[in-house]
Amino acid sequence: MEKFSIIDGIVAPLDRANVDTDAIIPKQFLKSIQRTGFGPNLFDEWRYLDSGEPGMDNSNRPLNPDFVLNQPRYQGAQILLARDNFGCGSSREHAPWALLDYGFRVIIAPGFADIFYNNCFKNGILPVVLDAEVVDQLFNEVAAQPGYRLKVDLQAQAVTTPDGTVHPFPVDAFRKHCLLNGLDDIGLTLQHADEIRAYEARRREQAPWLFSDMT
Amino acid sequence: MTGKTLYDKLWDTHVVRSDADGTALIYIDRHLVHEVTSPQAFEGLRLAGRKPWRADSILATPDHNVPTTGREQGITDPVARLQVETLDQNCAKFGITEFKMNDLRQGIVHVISPEEGATLPGMTVVCGDSHTSTHGAFGALAHGIGTSEVEHVLATQCLLQKKSKNMRVNVDGKTGAGVTAKDIVLAIIGEIGTAGGTGYAIEFAGEAIRNLSMEGRMTVCNMAIEAGARAGMVAVDDKTIDYVRGRPYAPAGAMWERAVAAWRELHSDADALFDQEVHIDATTIRPQVTWGTSPEMVVPVDGRVPDPQQEPDPVRREGMERALAYMGLEPGMPITAIRPDKVFIGSCTNGRIEDLRAAAEAVRGRKVAAGIKQALVVPGSGLVKRQAEQEGLDRIFIEAGFEWRDPGCSMCLAMNADRLEPGERCASTSNRNFEGRQGQGGRTHLVSPAMAAAAAVTGHFVDVRQMNQE
Repeated sequence: MEKFSIIDGIVAPLDRANVDTDAIIPKQFLKSIQRTGFGPNLFDEWRYLDSGEPGMDNSNRPLNPDFVLNQPRYQGAQILLARDNFGCGSSREHAPWALLDYGFRVIIAPGFADIFYNNCFKNGILPVVLDAEVVDQLFNEVAAQPGYRLKVDLQAQAVTTPDGTVHPFPVDAFRKHCLLNGLDDIGLTLQHADEIRAYEARRREQAPWLFSDMT
Repeated sequence: MTGKTLYDKLWDTHVVRSDADGTALIYIDRHLVHEVTSPQAFEGLRLAGRKPWRADSILATPDHNVPTTGREQGITDPVARLQVETLDQNCAKFGITEFKMNDLRQGIVHVISPEEGATLPGMTVVCGDSHTSTHGAFGALAHGIGTSEVEHVLATQCLLQKKSKNMRVNVDGKTGAGVTAKDIVLAIIGEIGTAGGTGYAIEFAGEAIRNLSMEGRMTVCNMAIEAGARAGMVAVDDKTIDYVRGRPYAPAGAMWERAVAAWRELHSDADALFDQEVHIDATTIRPQVTWGTSPEMVVPVDGRVPDPQQEPDPVRREGMERALAYMGLEPGMPITAIRPDKVFIGSCTNGRIEDLRAAAEAVRGRKVAAGIKQALVVPGSGLVKRQAEQEGLDRIFIEAGFEWRDPGCSMCLAMNADRLEPGERCASTSNRNFEGRQGQGGRTHLVSPAMAAAAAVTGHFVDVRQMNQE
């Protein structure tokens, strides 16, 4: 996983609540057995005017000029500004894979769905929760200022606007540590393998039926 | 000291270790695997030179991509076929039990695990699928995880997690005739919203929940995720224990008695405290129909499509306007005036035997209406299908003009050939009415199996409780 420290980048606003993971990456692209290559199909049904299928040459497809990511001023955006309950629905990790592959490293919203929020941290994406009023304000600023950028500093847990306003945000200590250092959490967990084995031995005594063998 | 909630008990018995910031290592008893969210996890294992910590804790099956017809020809879509073959190869390589596509026991992962007794009370159950919350119906702690976490569980038998808050949703009193588990859970989501449960584990309680069968409780817990909660659960009672008894992977003999004694403790203590309690009056719940593109956009069947102009919040109002435009509906329109093009009965929400019985009851002696282009019944598993055939339900559906299919996720998410075409409207017993969920441009109305069947035979939404008077 790529380390995350500071992202100073263009902000793209996606002004709708309850954006679900089906919208972020539609189901037909979930047939892939890879982790990469989902970027061209991010928000596929909103982004293109035709019907997308795996294996198409996406560079030749008709773009929906009304969709925010197709507007020239938001090209190269690394920060997605969103509304409440972003990432709801399916647990598909293809959603953060697609966002990352497209180039997003930060998503700012008043709230995220739990599974999606968790999946972001596993892939080097920082989901930032800010108050709904602050997010409202950011939407206004983005609309008013072409080329609008934000600086997102994970170490400092702060989002800084172009006029120098600082918005602090919360993040779990453990997740912050893993993201800052790009750590593989499987490796970290396996450092506790003896504790896992001890737990297992104890539980096999207490509740052996939980170890019913499926093989 | 106050008592513990059911969630507290399940959490506490599964903590392997915890850190100062509250991040805990939680032990996973049962890992369910399907073809869509596992290939990258197995690949990750292989690249790191790891293998599953406990292959015997895993049950795998292909469900999302499999065709529901013509299986003797195999899977014709080469991309889907590769994904299913990849699952087959990974299971073979690591010694994991898989119910393959042509196994009688194959089906939707959340239908087959309880059916096999692979889901037991008191377990932690995970799967790379958000509807894993289904298994909470057994007094288990069950939730969906992403693919990185699938790999983490494969490699370590544990998950890294912080504890959620406790919410109890009490559905007090008795539901009326014709009001099902699906109507209860849609009414709950309509009340608390699709983000109402975010950050919580929800325990469903109250007389109306106690009165539900295990199938009904699974339907309710299945849609906890649609209220934002990763986990939903119901306390263990006699119904739970009766359901589990005698299933292939359930304990037997002296072990059974020991297990049952432990399972009797799987309920919230009388003095347990919840961070939030919600009360819903079951007597007021009517059959529900969603009108929009989020499960919270729901009204009773005798209601009307709401008017966004009445909504004061601008973000919500815009969401409603967008949903109505997508759904091709006008504010104020009676729900009973909505005419579906297709009907889908199935999914991990409503693909169990009780669901098929309820649908068949509404269909019996009637025909699919002329305006309906396609009406599908997709049993949740091969065993559900066989049982239904033994009861003659297949004949009722087929004689009415329904198609009787093989088990899988099918038109719930339309990864296989079962899908809506742009603009088509569907009465669906599935769980999500998101834009494009059942096919690009498709319009989904979520309903109970009886309501879907009633819409199929009348050609429009109708209160199933009054259908006989038409």
